[in-house]
Amino acid sequence: MALATGAARLRPRSTARRPSRGGVRTSRGHEARTAAWMVAPAATLLVVFLVVPVVLAFVLAFTNARLISPRPASFVGLHNFTTLWGDPVFWASLRNTVVFAAVVVPVQAGLALVLALLVNAKVRGTNIFRTLYFVPVVTSMVVVSLLWRFLYQEDGLLNAMIAVVHPSYQPIDWLNDTRTALPAIILMSIWQAVGFHMIIWLSGLQTIPGELYEAGDLDGATGWKRFRYITWPCLAATRTFILITITIAALSLFTQINVMTQGGPLDSTTTVVYMAVRTGYQQLATGYASAISLVFFVLVLVVSGVQRFLTRDKD
Amino acid sequence: MSRHTVRRLAAASVAACSLVALTACSSGSSGGSDGPTTIALWTHNGGNDAELAVNQQIVDDFNASQSDYRVELEAFPQASYNDAVVAAASARKLPCVLDIDAPNVPNWAWAGYIQPLGLPDDEFDGQLPSTIGEVDGDVYAFGHYDVALAFFTRTSALEAVGARVPTPEDPWTRDELETVLDDLQATGQYDYPLDLGTGGTGEWITYAYSPFLQSAGGDLVDRDGYTTADGVLNGDAALDWAGWMQGLVADGHIAARSGEDATADFVNGKSAILYSGSWAYDTVTDAFGEDAVVIPPVDLGEGPTIGGGSWQWAMSAQCEDVDGARAYLEFSHQAEYVQALAEATGTIPATDEAAAAMTDYAAGGAKEVFRTFSQDYAVVRPVTPAYPYITSVFQKATQDILSGGDPATILDKAVSDIDNDIAQNGDYAF
Repeated sequence: MALATGAARLRPRSTARRPSRGGVRTSRGHEARTAAWMVAPAATLLVVFLVVPVVLAFVLAFTNARLISPRPASFVGLHNFTTLWGDPVFWASLRNTVVFAAVVVPVQAGLALVLALLVNAKVRGTNIFRTLYFVPVVTSMVVVSLLWRFLYQEDGLLNAMIAVVHPSYQPIDWLNDTRTALPAIILMSIWQAVGFHMIIWLSGLQTIPGELYEAGDLDGATGWKRFRYITWPCLAATRTFILITITIAALSLFTQINVMTQGGPLDSTTTVVYMAVRTGYQQLATGYASAISLVFFVLVLVVSGVQRFLTRDKD
Repeated sequence: MSRHTVRRLAAASVAACSLVALTACSSGSSGGSDGPTTIALWTHNGGNDAELAVNQQIVDDFNASQSDYRVELEAFPQASYNDAVVAAASARKLPCVLDIDAPNVPNWAWAGYIQPLGLPDDEFDGQLPSTIGEVDGDVYAFGHYDVALAFFTRTSALEAVGARVPTPEDPWTRDELETVLDDLQATGQYDYPLDLGTGGTGEWITYAYSPFLQSAGGDLVDRDGYTTADGVLNGDAALDWAGWMQGLVADGHIAARSGEDATADFVNGKSAILYSGSWAYDTVTDAFGEDAVVIPPVDLGEGPTIGGGSWQWAMSAQCEDVDGARAYLEFSHQAEYVQALAEATGTIPATDEAAAAMTDYAAGGAKEVFRTFSQDYAVVRPVTPAYPYITSVFQKATQDILSGGDPATILDKAVSDIDNDIAQNGDYAF
């Protein structure tokens, strides 16, 4: 995306300078052509793997296309959307997705910031902590999900540990209880991804010039005030970035669900993306799955739009 | 930027593009114009060395036995096999011969991926019915082997609570099983007296639990015309079945979600009766020896029922050398290969001839019981192109029932979903 807008910005500038001398024009022409060459690979990939699928999803959502079928797809109007509207699984998916995002976004961002502040402190062994927090991030989500499925079992480690502290405790089958399944997945997801955002916060923290803190020291700013009036304002750009990436990642929750609960028990963990994949690949209903994806696309667009608006630079 | 740089960039781009083109080419098929005709064969057992080795042996023997055709085997990992076939079918690059999981046969036949084998009828004399993929009166596929579901338990465990050991002629009834489970539970020795493998997911759920539904008198879909599930998946029999499953969970007879490896839990004494496939036999007998006993699954009214149908061989509709494909399939169907495959995979041989040659499966053999179950109890999964949809709906419904949802609501929703899908696809008419 960034590359594409860069190219778009280049072009009008070169046309605006057309009245200047010929030599400059050819060199500008070269520059534009070089830019086009450089943009081409990324642009091709984006078109093939992003633009084309999105356009296809738009088109297929209004047809009854199937993944395996001898019949050609035919136009069915809004049929897929009316079915979706009346599908209780869709509403459950939407609710779970919203709940997941509503909890994960603030908690994960906040926790990551706390970890980053701790790791940023000038004490011994920060490298070790940084690595420790980052290890889950580089582990595949499928592996993490499988491991946590064992931890959450009725005779798993988590229940065993609680039983040690609290002997009269009745073990909970965490992933198979409608009350605990989604919170269990939320907890694991935050644990897995918090390290990544910690690193992003950390990079933001390290761009804050030391003079600001020195000046703050002279003015007597310590502790909370130091954070509130120096650190926090300086992290504005990082904040926006983290907010938007966590939101998008949270809304597209899928792997954990697919590995750990398959949407159960009783739809308490199904999500919009999980429902789309299940409909499209298990049930082979490409048209219906496209309609779900389209709704998801609009949802993400609206949420990121609102966030972008709220975090815009207020001049 | 200088002209030189641009040229270098251009050269790099061309090099990159041609590299991509080359790799794309090398994966394409190469057929010689003279000499033997090449027949491509795809199999799902890329990760299963024992089975793959036998398949390779059959291919090599066939290639050596004649000079008209040359079969080339290509193996895929099972997880991505179906995707590969679907992609190849859309690109019209299907191989001549391919293997296929039994429940997919009607769907792929309907979609025009595979064609009737056109082999003489007597080719399948003495073949287990569940290993023949017949759709609309035509045989589209046949298998070398099948697997059977059964209850595994220990004679000593049953004797301890004074329960009788059921036989294929006289299986446990629903009430009898309940008494046995109550007694076993009362001993306090087991986490759960019965393990139905409820920790399993995906196709296992339909394979394992739809037979109970059928034994109770219900089914996944009305097999008369396959146009609706109404009355069979939500009728009284189905509600009975759902009530039975929920009762097992509520009474603590089974876990709503059992452990990752039900066989290991059984071997470690966490459960007294295990519901699993013939593949668990070796593990169980290794652990318990003579004490281990294989008994028929419970009879919920209509006699015990088990699933049928495993991987089978088919001929693609895009095959240009139909005669060669037939020649290979007939060649591979010889008793010695059926036997070799059954031995390599620890499965039930599909033909009488092969079974007679194997000590375990011959009359009086240790595993003969599985072949008896396959012959007497096996009900193939619904032979309809709607199956992939039906199984997905049934899996979710069963999991919801096990989690304690209201059976009537869940099954009515499942029926309306299935009926909608069938109607939307014009009754999946051929």
